[in-house]
Amino acid sequence: MSTTQQTSVTGIPTGTWNLDPVHSSLGFAIKHSGVMTFRGDFPEFDARLADGGLVGTARVASVRVDEPNLAGHLQTPDFFDAEQFPELRFVSNSIERDGERVSIAGDLTLRGVTHAVELSGTASGPVTDGYGTQRLGLDLETTINRHDYGISWNQPLPSGEPALADDVVITANIALVQA
Amino acid sequence: MKMLAISGSLRQGSHNTDLLRGAAAAAPDGVDVELYHGLKDIPPYDADDDIPGNRPAAVDQFKAALREADAVLISTPEYNASIPGVLKNALDWASRPLAESPVRNKPVAVMSSSTGMFGGVWAAEETRKVLGALGARTLEDTVAVPKADERLANGVDAALLTELRSVIDALANAVEARAAVAA
Repeated sequence: MSTTQQTSVTGIPTGTWNLDPVHSSLGFAIKHSGVMTFRGDFPEFDARLADGGLVGTARVASVRVDEPNLAGHLQTPDFFDAEQFPELRFVSNSIERDGERVSIAGDLTLRGVTHAVELSGTASGPVTDGYGTQRLGLDLETTINRHDYGISWNQPLPSGEPALADDVVITANIALVQA
Repeated sequence: MKMLAISGSLRQGSHNTDLLRGAAAAAPDGVDVELYHGLKDIPPYDADDDIPGNRPAAVDQFKAALREADAVLISTPEYNASIPGVLKNALDWASRPLAESPVRNKPVAVMSSSTGMFGGVWAAEETRKVLGALGARTLEDTVAVPKADERLANGVDAALLTELRSVIDALANAVEARAAVAA
């Protein structure tokens, strides 16, 4: 994975940092029925901080929710269309860090559609762990409108209101290890 | 390329079956539109029967026909503002188990006709919704024929054949796009 885009970096360590998948997660949350927050995640994902840029990918077919029929439905053309668009991808074009606060602008590609997004959150470290390895933590979040990416399935509730909200919160808790 | 054509009407003189025969006639060389005749043999869905060894032969045949097709073309009438029970019942059988549904990711187009003024568009829309739940790659391309008893009185005319051809072409394009991803 690499990016040809020019990346500006402030306060983020140089070098190459690879994902520690055991201590990382990539999730999403969406309002259901107007009041409930429904969550799911992509257990198969990767991220790499290198040459001042962050690139993250996830295997769409790995989407996990606590209901097998819904997990199956999420992979179909009604939602992520995993067959046609097997990967979601984020490529940064600027990373700004001020103390613990971090803001990462970049392009998110989902279902074959790319839009600019800004991930914001905290950066922790680097620190040296008990085995002498340098570790860096990024806890990031962004909100997208799913319709922008062609994910427009909905079902009216008895009240006439749509079951699913438009906004989806994407959360990435990324543990990186210096290569 | 093989397309399975399913009429939501069992009636001998069905306008929707006529429409599918028209689609078969409009199909270009290399596209074989095969009319499915077994819908009436499919019993009411019963989860107790939906287990290996117990599943009705008509259901196995229906699922095999779906599996062998590259795409599916449905034409449905509208009963009481919705999908005819016989069609919904067959799709319910085909939906289980969801991850193994034979229409999963398969391109499907839904057409409709009725003797009313709106051509069965609500039944077609609800059929698309059901197919989406099955995981089908449901196309928006469609033909809707209102006042079908008048419009089809002398068969499928040239203008309608052109419309049917455009739906067949859209399905064929979706099949090829799917094959390109798999390649």
